[in-house]
Amino acid sequence: MSNQNVLRVCDATMQFGGVVAVNNLNLEVNKGEIIGLIGPNGAGKTTAFNVITGVYAPTNGAVELNGERIVENHPQGKMRELYNGENLGKYNDVKVLTPDRITKLGVARTFQNIRLFKNLTVFDNVLIAKHMNMKGNIFSDVFRINRKEEDRMKAETLELLRILGLEEHKDDIATSLPYGKQRHLEIARALATKPSLLLLDEPAAGMNPQESDDLMKFVGRIRNDFDLSILMIEHHMQVIMGICDRIYVLDYGTLIAEGTPAEIQNNPKVIEAYLGVDE
Amino acid sequence: MERLNQKTKMTASIIACIALVVLLVLSYTNTGTTSMLRSVLQLGSIYALAAASMNLLNGFTGLFSLGHAGFMAIGAYTYAVLTIPVNKKANVYYLYGVADSLANVALPNWLGLIIGGIAAAIIAALIGAAVLRLKSDYFAIATLGLAEIVRICVASSPMARITNGSLGLKNIPGFTNIGFIPAYFVPFIVVAICLVIMFLLINCSYGRAFKAIREDEIAAEAMGINLARHKQMSFIISSFFAGIAGALLAMFLGAIQSTTFPLMLTYNILLIVVIGGMGSLSGSIISAFLVIAAKEWWLRFLDVEQYIGDWQVPLLRTGFRMVVFSVILMVVVLFWRQGIMGQKEFSWDGVYNFFRRLKTKFRGKNTKAAAEGGNANE
Ligand SMILES: Nc1ncnc2c1ncn2[C@@H]1O[C@H](COP(=O)(O)OP(=O)(O)O)[C@@H](O)[C@H]1O
Ligand SMILES: [Mg+2]
Repeated sequence: MSNQNVLRVCDATMQFGGVVAVNNLNLEVNKGEIIGLIGPNGAGKTTAFNVITGVYAPTNGAVELNGERIVENHPQGKMRELYNGENLGKYNDVKVLTPDRITKLGVARTFQNIRLFKNLTVFDNVLIAKHMNMKGNIFSDVFRINRKEEDRMKAETLELLRILGLEEHKDDIATSLPYGKQRHLEIARALATKPSLLLLDEPAAGMNPQESDDLMKFVGRIRNDFDLSILMIEHHMQVIMGICDRIYVLDYGTLIAEGTPAEIQNNPKVIEAYLGVDE
Repeated sequence: MERLNQKTKMTASIIACIALVVLLVLSYTNTGTTSMLRSVLQLGSIYALAAASMNLLNGFTGLFSLGHAGFMAIGAYTYAVLTIPVNKKANVYYLYGVADSLANVALPNWLGLIIGGIAAAIIAALIGAAVLRLKSDYFAIATLGLAEIVRICVASSPMARITNGSLGLKNIPGFTNIGFIPAYFVPFIVVAICLVIMFLLINCSYGRAFKAIREDEIAAEAMGINLARHKQMSFIISSFFAGIAGALLAMFLGAIQSTTFPLMLTYNILLIVVIGGMGSLSGSIISAFLVIAAKEWWLRFLDVEQYIGDWQVPLLRTGFRMVVFSVILMVVVLFWRQGIMGQKEFSWDGVYNFFRRLKTKFRGKNTKAAAEGGNANE
């Protein structure tokens, strides 16, 4: 694995009104790595994802993808007075991208509370992810001038479903799948956008230990098969210990530790943060 | 769910199409020009187009718009203004006179029809950028306001030399024969073409993107779908077909006023969409014909005072029809929220399975009754 940098989050702070959800976050994902982002509930993990994927522009800070700065912001308007984070003046540009643009740059994600297209089939759920790279316009599409393109998208979708073991369900309505399969489908849909970086938000939430274990093997497999880098949120430390190259630990929006799973497991700060809240 | 093979379906479709055309021809050859059946079918087809175009936005893209009457008005007025014959303009614009630039304009009606649609689409494009940013309820209110603005503008005095103000326009050219095809069939042909385009749309990649936005905006955006652009497209396309429907309505009526396009019109179309099923074009079509037939025809008797001997049947008088109609609508919305089709489209598999279910249900009842009978004997 080369050490080529895929994602770098630079001093990102996300403040909602007076609430600082993410405070001065610095995080890196290198090519081929599986990185864990853990922390107690409400630590700001999902918010960090939302900043990376363009759902929110950071209040202050920047995001770089493959060495290129794609997002940068500093406090503006009312936030100028409210802001109580660090690094003021370090980020002077304003660059904001909508989530669809960031997805087009090769970042795909799943959601903590599964967000499938509920009433559509498994096949259509995945096929929709192919839309953004479709050649042609709405006229050629409606009047079926470019049938090859449609055929290509459908063939790729079918192939993906086959690889991920969802082929037998392809005509089922998304929500009729068992919970675990819905998680898989959401990952399949994200993969259909052909990402280089995949963000998984608590993919093992609601699963028993056996299912979580299988899912982690699945994550390792797709990393190799699809040549991905993965950033994965997990609430329970144990689940991702075996698979992550490095782990970041958030608590109250602030990074309290980073390192290999072994280092994190023995870090007194992490143990303290988890003791208070974990069951 | 069982599936029929492709060949059976093709045969069924061809037979159904032929049957439909034959029935339509029969409705022409066996009725007079003033027949109720004729006007119900024509008006039904126009409402089918209006409902389908509203469904495209409300049911398929999840953008709850209440501005439909406005876009129909734009289509209708554009068509009327551009096609009223030159020699009749003096008669139509007798009070205000006609704008100089329009005095010698009288386009062929097919061209007026298309321009009517385009005009509605252009207005949608202009205001779409602003109103589509709004969250759902505000979007509904903004579009509702827009429709009222259109209506008021059309009736306003600065527009009088174009739209004839509150007097409205008459002598609007109606349907005309196309070659050997009688004028009666023209609305069906236009509507059929528009509906085919809409069916093609909802089954292509853009149509799927619209459905994705309806299902989950956040997920759709995370899948690389540009929300603003796709919502705009859906709004423009829906308005285009609404404009066409409006122009067809102007052709059908022959005379229009700003009051032809009240908020009530939007509500009526919305009800057709809801009864047919939000997110089902075939539902909208079926429901349009049913609702129009019920409203304009089957329930007419409720408006007429009836006597049985000397005894006058109570309640039956002018206006009672609308009360009954409203009650039926309320019952449908309360107890049958999915509408006729839900989000499904018409398919032969659907029809086949529907009858299979009916059959098993019927059988089930029989065997159950038999079993119970047996028990009673013991
Ligand atoms: N849109 C928002 N507006 C206000 N506060 C928010 C918003 N999103 C998240 N927060 C707050 O940010 C904090 C972190 O939330 P979140 O990122 O969801 O935590 P985690 O995913 O680690 O459990 C919480 O206190 C939450 O209430
Ligand atoms: Mg979370």
